[in-house]
Amino acid sequence: MTTEKSKIAPMQEQLTYANVLLWGGWLGIFLMIVSYLLYLSGVITPHVDILLVIQNWGHGVQEYLHVTDSPHGWAWVALLHRGDYLNFVGLVLLAVLTIICYLILFRGYVRKKEWAYAIICLAEVLVLSLAASGLLGSGGH
Amino acid sequence: MKNFFGSKCSTALCAGAVWLLCSPVAVFAAQEAAAAPGDGHPVWFWPLILFVFCFILGIIAVLAGVGGGVLYVPLVGGFFPFHIDFVRGAGLMVALAGALAAGPGLLRRNLASLRLALPVALIASACSIVGAMLGLYLSKLDPAYVQTALGATIMAIAVLITLSKNSAVPVVTKQDAIGLALGIQGAYKDEATGEIIEWKTHRTLGGLILFIFIGIIAGMFGLGAGWANVPVFNLLMGVPLKISVATSKFLLSITDTSAAWIYMNKGCVIPLMAIPSIIGLMLGSLVGVKLLSKAKPKFIRYMVIGVLFFAGLKSIDKGLGLGLLG
Repeated sequence: MTTEKSKIAPMQEQLTYANVLLWGGWLGIFLMIVSYLLYLSGVITPHVDILLVIQNWGHGVQEYLHVTDSPHGWAWVALLHRGDYLNFVGLVLLAVLTIICYLILFRGYVRKKEWAYAIICLAEVLVLSLAASGLLGSGGH
Repeated sequence: MKNFFGSKCSTALCAGAVWLLCSPVAVFAAQEAAAAPGDGHPVWFWPLILFVFCFILGIIAVLAGVGGGVLYVPLVGGFFPFHIDFVRGAGLMVALAGALAAGPGLLRRNLASLRLALPVALIASACSIVGAMLGLYLSKLDPAYVQTALGATIMAIAVLITLSKNSAVPVVTKQDAIGLALGIQGAYKDEATGEIIEWKTHRTLGGLILFIFIGIIAGMFGLGAGWANVPVFNLLMGVPLKISVATSKFLLSITDTSAAWIYMNKGCVIPLMAIPSIIGLMLGSLVGVKLLSKAKPKFIRYMVIGVLFFAGLKSIDKGLGLGLLG
């Protein structure tokens, strides 16, 4: 029975991964709802007027960024005091969770001396960090 | 009686919702408003429409067993006034949020296999970055390229969903060298029988190669790729269906993360439209799960296949500028 249970039991780091996803995910959703209400109600002034957004969301991203004077890459961080860019806190939290979770898994596989999976975890962190860095996708406009 | 009534009601509700999604009225309303942006509508007008639309989409996606992204991108891209760049950015965030919400339960019950997901995720997420950059490049050249290719892909997905036959527990007599080296195997408890079912993979190399293409397509079009993950895991690599579905959902949280970062850094995520889409689809999914026991999933599935064909055609029509579908 014990052997059967151990066969289907997840490792500790997998459970920590699940907990981080759960709490981080809901926190991200909560932040998105609050910041969105603040944005839409006009309590916090946006960087780009909502009407200007609506008038331009039918254009390609290059034109949209140009007309609305919107930032790209990580430049939005400087606009966190603006209603529209405050929304990015929740969005970015969702996108950063997997990187945090992989670091937890990396520690677990190192502890178990499963080097192949530890290297895979590390490589994934590098891939996701590269994507997040803005080095690949933020040029060209 | 109650069940019968519930079944009828929820099926009718979903049928109505699917009809509403593709009805000429909805299309007309979307295009009317698109023609006169900022025309005196209150600022909450479009977010509210999008929220309601995505709420219905979330219900249907769960009942049909497809991810939200695969319905969201072609339908919102085809019938709403947003440029395809922003629809793909929001589509990835929608798929990512859905996968993150499902992840904890699947990991705790050990249904999502890390040993299967991790090697595959590395390939798929790296390739989804390539796909995202390729998609943005093509869109910069001419958005019609992406719109047309998206339509063709959506129609291919509809064909794949129609034809694919799953196998609950495929027979794998001998594990291949790569699967063995990476230890891609596991066990789970079948809740129905209480039996512990052990599994392992075969044809692992072929599966890993296919995830190159799956990653590229997911990144290029902003689609979640559950429609492709499950058949590759289940039919090609011999992974039991339950593990395939759970691992696929978990995998999306990783694949979509990398592509989502590219779209976000490029400025393709507009909170005004992305957030009501995410919240609407998540709430709709929660209601969909409640309705799951009452609805007739087969009927809904066929309707969704119909919607995918229609959305694919609309996308091709829009991409080629034919104007046949309005």
